[in-house]
Amino acid sequence: MVSSVKMDETKLVKSWDKKHLLGIRELSKDEIDIILDQARAFKEVLTRPVPKVPTLRGKTIASLFFESSTRTKLSFSLAAKRLSADSISLSSSSSSILKGESLIDTARNIRAMNVDIIIIRHSSSGVPYILSKVVDCSIVNAGDGTHEHPTQALLDIFTIKEHKDNIENLKVSIIGDIAHSRVARSNIWGLTKLGAKVTVCGPATLIPPKIEQMGVKVVYDIDEALEEADVVNVLRIQLERQQEGLFPSLREYTRFFGINKERLRKAKPGLLIMHPGPVNRGVELSQEVADMKKSNNMPYSVILDQVTNGIAVRMSVLYLVSICKSENGR
Amino acid sequence: MEKKAKIILDKEEIDKFIKRIAHQIIEKNSNVETLAIVGIRLRGAPLAERIVGYIKEFTGKEILLGNLDITLYRDDLTTIVEQPIIHKTEIDFDISRKNIVLVDDVLYTGRTIRCAMDALIDFGRPQKIQLAVLVDRGHREFPIRPDYVGKNLPTSCQEVVQVRLKETDGKDEVVLKEMKVE
Repeated sequence: MVSSVKMDETKLVKSWDKKHLLGIRELSKDEIDIILDQARAFKEVLTRPVPKVPTLRGKTIASLFFESSTRTKLSFSLAAKRLSADSISLSSSSSSILKGESLIDTARNIRAMNVDIIIIRHSSSGVPYILSKVVDCSIVNAGDGTHEHPTQALLDIFTIKEHKDNIENLKVSIIGDIAHSRVARSNIWGLTKLGAKVTVCGPATLIPPKIEQMGVKVVYDIDEALEEADVVNVLRIQLERQQEGLFPSLREYTRFFGINKERLRKAKPGLLIMHPGPVNRGVELSQEVADMKKSNNMPYSVILDQVTNGIAVRMSVLYLVSICKSENGR
Repeated sequence: MEKKAKIILDKEEIDKFIKRIAHQIIEKNSNVETLAIVGIRLRGAPLAERIVGYIKEFTGKEILLGNLDITLYRDDLTTIVEQPIIHKTEIDFDISRKNIVLVDDVLYTGRTIRCAMDALIDFGRPQKIQLAVLVDRGHREFPIRPDYVGKNLPTSCQEVVQVRLKETDGKDEVVLKEMKVE
């Protein structure tokens, strides 16, 4: 066991050169493994009597959330505090963005305050990438438009790894609004890089054309998606999509794609049920399925484990981007 | 940039020193019930495990064993060249009111030990912290001294002391190397 630790040591020294975390697409399998390996060590820190280490003392982290968030925002903020970094945060509703200041100017001004890492969530795809070109501090993507939500995918994969021995050839079904979901996209990039077999399932209007090119299988029948799966990652159905006419009604969505106990009858024993939150109880997941505890080989929900693991994964990301030595390095 | 390497300690000598440290720990800590041995990763961990093994052999008592990764407490994280990997810290017992013996392979500047003490104190309030090292090579930068030493080895700052252990490196030996100054 100890000798494998030594191998990890060389792996890290050689292959971590990312100053930013913009998406999973840019990461190699090894880099994903490094983040997840380190997250395990950080998870232990969170169980200590004093769950805090002085690692990023003197570093300043700014969170810019231009879209509402509960889990991601608090989780990043807690991760920064657990590493002893100073963290500040700004949300769009209370910022000078309302007075017409551009995003790039906002970021430059924040950088002028000697911030080391900017964590950004924005409703437009590509914003973290643009910021990484105009300011010279690290940028961490906390979700951009329909593009990527890398830390969510990393914590999802971390949670899967805690419950399943091997990601390779594991069958993961992602259910719901694939077209508008950055969580789905980041998960697909990450899981396929690690060798999992990914299936996506949802109403045809919410499955983007040519999604197969990302290396996934598409099915339109929820029972088919559930039957084979070792893990099912259920996405939140965004209520505004119905107003756009992409599906007729929530009731109809629930009837065709909602997961309830009845539907899980044919599922594999020990099926892992995941959800990035916030859960619309009674829509994509029934009340009882959302709360299913682990018991004798039944499917079970790990939704709250995902939240706990999110802090460790984000600590790992903040640690790695801040120790990166390369000057301009992506 | 390496020049020559000289073997300072072989397998038998290392084993002899570990046994001696185990004996000294027993002698100095009459109450082994409150004793706990904590190895500093990477190479302090297998050393701590061996010491616990010998204490058990000599006294028949099972001693608490833990290991500590101090990477997160380093004061030079942003300046060192290579990026260190963080290993899991495993201390599965309450360290409050315990007599802790920290174990490391080489004692040099004392900075690692300072980190280890900081880390340990975040786990509780030990009664006492002692320090055991296989090799003390001098050049302290902090007011820290070991309680148990395998071998005192006078060195120059241009030299590198490498402890290799079976568990981490495949074989037991201590090597002294000279580095060329650039």
